[in-house]
Amino acid sequence: MTKEMIEHIRNNPKYQMLVKKRSRFAWTLSIIMLVVYYAFILTIAFDPQLLGTPLGEGKVTTVGIPVGIAIIIIAFALTGVYVKRANSEFDDLSREVKAELEKELAKDAS
Amino acid sequence: MNKLLLLTLSSLTLFAGGAIEGEVQRQPLNVSAIIMFLVFVAATLGITYWAAKRTKTAKDFYTAGGGITGFQNGLAIAGDFMSAASFLGISGLVYLKGYDGLIYSIGFLVGWPIILFLVAERLRNLGKYTFADVASFRLKQTPIRTLAAFGSIATVTLYLIAQMVGSGKLIQILFGLPYELAVILVGVLMILYVTFGGMLATTWVQIIKAGLLLSGATFMAIAVMAHFGFSFEALFAKAVEVHPSHNAIMSPGGLVSDPISAISLGIALMFGTAGLPHILMRFFTVADAKEARKSVFYATGFIGYFYVLTFIIGFGAVVMVMTNPQYLDAAGKIIGGNNMAAIHLSHAVGGNFFLGFISAVAFATILAVVSGLTLAGASAISHDLYANVFRRGRVDEVQEMRISKIATIVMGIVAILLGIAFEKQNIAFMVGLAFAIAASANFPVLFLSMFWKKLTTRGAVIGGSLGLATAVMLVILGPIVWQQILGFKEAIFPYKYPALFSVTVAFVGIWFFSITDKSEDAQKEQEAFEAQDIRSQTGIGAEGAVSH
Repeated sequence: MTKEMIEHIRNNPKYQMLVKKRSRFAWTLSIIMLVVYYAFILTIAFDPQLLGTPLGEGKVTTVGIPVGIAIIIIAFALTGVYVKRANSEFDDLSREVKAELEKELAKDAS
Repeated sequence: MNKLLLLTLSSLTLFAGGAIEGEVQRQPLNVSAIIMFLVFVAATLGITYWAAKRTKTAKDFYTAGGGITGFQNGLAIAGDFMSAASFLGISGLVYLKGYDGLIYSIGFLVGWPIILFLVAERLRNLGKYTFADVASFRLKQTPIRTLAAFGSIATVTLYLIAQMVGSGKLIQILFGLPYELAVILVGVLMILYVTFGGMLATTWVQIIKAGLLLSGATFMAIAVMAHFGFSFEALFAKAVEVHPSHNAIMSPGGLVSDPISAISLGIALMFGTAGLPHILMRFFTVADAKEARKSVFYATGFIGYFYVLTFIIGFGAVVMVMTNPQYLDAAGKIIGGNNMAAIHLSHAVGGNFFLGFISAVAFATILAVVSGLTLAGASAISHDLYANVFRRGRVDEVQEMRISKIATIVMGIVAILLGIAFEKQNIAFMVGLAFAIAASANFPVLFLSMFWKKLTTRGAVIGGSLGLATAVMLVILGPIVWQQILGFKEAIFPYKYPALFSVTVAFVGIWFFSITDKSEDAQKEQEAFEAQDIRSQTGIGAEGAVSH
C-alpha cells in the first residue's frame, strides 16, 4: 500500500465512519457476551444454589436449565446480529471506500 | 475435591484422565462397527483421491485454494470442536454430574462470538496460510515466526498426543483391536489424508464426520425425548429418581469452586480457542471476510445445538443406561467408564446396528480432528520455519509443498510413536496445557498485533515467551502434575488452570517491552500499523479478497 493510498483512505469520511461504527458495534456485542458469561460463572462460584432453585412448586427442573440454554441461544443470536449488519451495511461502506479510492487514484494519475 | 479435579479434566482431555485410564478391557470384535467404519474410510480415501487431483499449489495445500464456502467452513470448524472429547466426555460428565456438564459446554461455546466480533475478519484480511502471517505482518519475520511456530507446534503436539492415546483406548473398547494397531491405523490414515489431499481433503473429512455426528446425536436425543413424551420435566424427574446424587444433578455441583478458578477456566477456554492454530487456519480457507463471518455464525449454531444434544444424551443415559444391568459390571459401575455413557445409550435406543454406527462415528471423529491438527503443525514447519525463517522467503512453491508433505509424514510418525509411548502415562494435563499455551503465547501476540499500534518485535517476542514459560511452569507446579503425577504432597501452585496468571504475564510483558523499545526498527514497525489496519478493516490488498 502506497503512502498516497493510505492518505486517501485515512481522509475518506466513509472510511472513518466504517471504522467507528464497526468497532463500537463489535466491542458492544463482545462486552454483552462477556457480561452474560461471567455473570453466569460468578453465580456458580458464589451462589450455586440460586441456579438450583426449582422452577415451580413440585417441579424438578431448576432455574439453571433455562438459564444455560438461554446463554447458548444468546451466543448464537449475537453472532447472527453481527453477521447480518456486517455483511450488509459494513460491507457496502467498505465497497464504497474502495470505489472512491480507485476514482481518486485515477484522478491523481491523470 | 481431587476426584472432582480429575473428573473436570477428563472431559477436557478426551477421556485421557479419569475413566479410560491405564489398562482397559478389550471388547469382543464388533463386526457391524467395523463394517461401517470401513465404509467411512473407503469414502474418505475416495475424497482424498479427488482432492489430490485438485491440490497443485501451496495455496491449495494449506487453504484448499480459498474456495470453501462459509457454510462448509462453519461445519468444518464445528467438526474440529465436536471432537470425541466433547461428544463422549461431556455426555459422560452429564451422566455422572448432571448440570455441571452444561457449564463446561457453555465455556467452550462463548469464545466463538468473541472470535467473530474481534478476530475473524481481520485475520482473513491479513493472513495467507498461518496465523503467524498475521502476527509477523509488520514485525520482524524471523523472531516472530519462530515464536509463533514454536507455540503452534507445542499446542498441536500436546493435543495430538491426547487424541492418539484417547483413540487407541477408545478403539480397543469399541472395536476390540489391540492398542498399538489402533494408534498406527489412525496415524497412517491421517498421513494419507493430509499428504495427498491437503486442506481440501481434511476439510471434507471433517464436514462428513460433522454431518454424521450431528445426525447420530440428533437421533439419540429424539429417541430419548420420545421416551418421555418430549417433556423435559418428565426426563429430569426420572433421572433425579434413579441417579445416586438425586436432586443434586439439577444444580451446579462444584465443578467451578472458587472465583479464581472460575475466571481462569473461562479465560483458558475463551482465549485458548482463539489461539488454536488448527482452528485459526480454517479462516484462510474461505474467499473473503464475508464468508469468514458466515462460517463463525454457522459454527456457533452447530456447536450450540450439539451441546444441547449431548446434555439430553447424558440425561438419557442416566435413565436408560444406569438402570440397565446389561451395561453395568459386577460392581454396578458402567462398563468402560463414564465416557462410554453415550456409546451404551446408542445401543439402548438403536440396538447393535446403531451402536456400530455411533462407534464408527466416534472413530471417524478422531481421524478428522487429528488430520486438522497435523496439517496445522506441518504448515508451521514448512511455511513459517522452513520457507520464511530458514530460507527467508526465497523459496519456490514446489519446494515448499515438498517440505510440507515431508513435515506431515514426520508429524504423523512422531504422533504414532508418542501415542504408543504415552499409553500408560497420565496425560490428563495435556489438553489443558495446550489450551494454556494457546491462550498465553499465541493469542496475546496475535491479538495485539492487530489491535495495538505500539506493539514492537521485542515486546511480542519477550512477552509471548514469558506467557509460554509461565503457562508451562504453572502447569508443572500445579495440582495435576506436581501432586498427581510427580507424587508430591502439596502443589506449589494451587490452581489447575494457569490462564488467568499466564495470560496476564504475557499481556503485561508485551506492553512493557514494547513501550520501552526506543529503537529505530520499533518506530518503523509502529508507523507500519496504519497500512496494516486499513487492510485489516477493508480487505484492500488482501489475498483473494480484492473485487477488481
